[in-house]
Amino acid sequence: MHISEGILGGPVLLTGAVLSMSGIVYGLYKLDHDQVPKVAIVSAALFVASLIHIPLGPANVHLILNGIAGLLLGWTVFPAYLVVLVLHAMLFQFGGLTVLGVNTFNLALPAVLCYYFFKPLVRRTERKSVLFGAGVVIGFFSIGLSIFCLGLSLYSTGPEFLGVAGIIAFSHLPVMVVEGAITGSVIVFLHQVRPDILG
Amino acid sequence: MSCMTYIAGDSVIHRLDPRVKILVTICFTFSTALSNNFIVLGSLFIVALILAFWAHLPVRLVIKRLLRLNLFMLLLWFVLPFTTPGAAVFYLHSWALSEAGIWLSLAITVKGNTIVLFYTTLLGTVELSVLGHALAQLKIPAKLTHLFLFTIRYVDVFHHEYERLSRALKTRCFQPGFNSHTYRTYGYLVALLLTRSLDRAERVLAAMKCRGYQGKFYILTRFAMRSSDLLFGVVSGFIFFILIWIEIS
Repeated sequence: MHISEGILGGPVLLTGAVLSMSGIVYGLYKLDHDQVPKVAIVSAALFVASLIHIPLGPANVHLILNGIAGLLLGWTVFPAYLVVLVLHAMLFQFGGLTVLGVNTFNLALPAVLCYYFFKPLVRRTERKSVLFGAGVVIGFFSIGLSIFCLGLSLYSTGPEFLGVAGIIAFSHLPVMVVEGAITGSVIVFLHQVRPDILG
Repeated sequence: MSCMTYIAGDSVIHRLDPRVKILVTICFTFSTALSNNFIVLGSLFIVALILAFWAHLPVRLVIKRLLRLNLFMLLLWFVLPFTTPGAAVFYLHSWALSEAGIWLSLAITVKGNTIVLFYTTLLGTVELSVLGHALAQLKIPAKLTHLFLFTIRYVDVFHHEYERLSRALKTRCFQPGFNSHTYRTYGYLVALLLTRSLDRAERVLAAMKCRGYQGKFYILTRFAMRSSDLLFGVVSGFIFFILIWIEIS
């Protein structure tokens, strides 16, 4: 879920850049030197996981996993996503350089919110069904909010983009379902195998 | 896909100082994104094409990369002419195609292709690790460049890990389908990648501490500005300012 190059107008690009920059600066401030390898290696794993194609009916979708990223990384998800999106642009031409600010913000803000809203719940509960349910909600929420931010970025460029935003949002509805199911199983697995990661 | 990934070659563009290339890319890509003047956009597109030819980029690779972008542009061409208000030039049943919408789609297509060409030509020809070193020298915060260098290093490692896990699934006759078993399995696969990444992070940190890591990397790549770099920078700067002047006036 990236906005491609050349679409957004100057004010939107600038707003995205400023908002992301604030998040990145705060994330780097929170990031201890000892934590740099951890954050980088987890984002590398998330980058690879986001390349997995999950079958969905006759088509397939690829994962985004920003909810899980938020749970694991907290505020440092901002600089982590900046790096991941640079790689997406350089290696696959998804997104791009001038839209880095907007794309980083659209993915990292829901991730940080997931960290605040759901981490306490995931940490406290022991029941598998609740954990799975929390995962589904995290998947829905993070992708839903990302799509909303993406639509808002397009709409702020001009009202004529509303149609495109609608098509993109609609085509991402199945992604929300897949993301929810996958996030649910990830959390259940992590809770059983390595509860300290979610603690 | 690793820290060594880049478009190899030995052209003039390849041999330029990466720092100059980064700065020129930033100037050209942002001026393309912000411009609303077709003369400026057209000139930038021609500059990008000239640079791409000069770098001897493999044509098939460039087309493959641009194709991905233009598939999305196709969606815009199908929607924007109908949703943009303005004088209609053509009617499709009761749907009006507006002239403003067609111009808007054209502008976006040219912009997108130009920007991708610019950074594929200028940054794609630099090894990712060297790019990290060049960013460090351009005074990007150290933690951010470390994050970049570590991530490109371990993307490769985890891609291998993922392939290993997929092979393990295949030998156990796993066939992905549209069912809950598939989703659970992929969820566990992702979780396994994450637990392994955290374990590896601990080992990497321990190994680095053992070698005296205190949050600083010593960048050994030496960059030297040569006259050709200076010339490239000055000519690009000249073009950049002329285009800004055209845009404003």
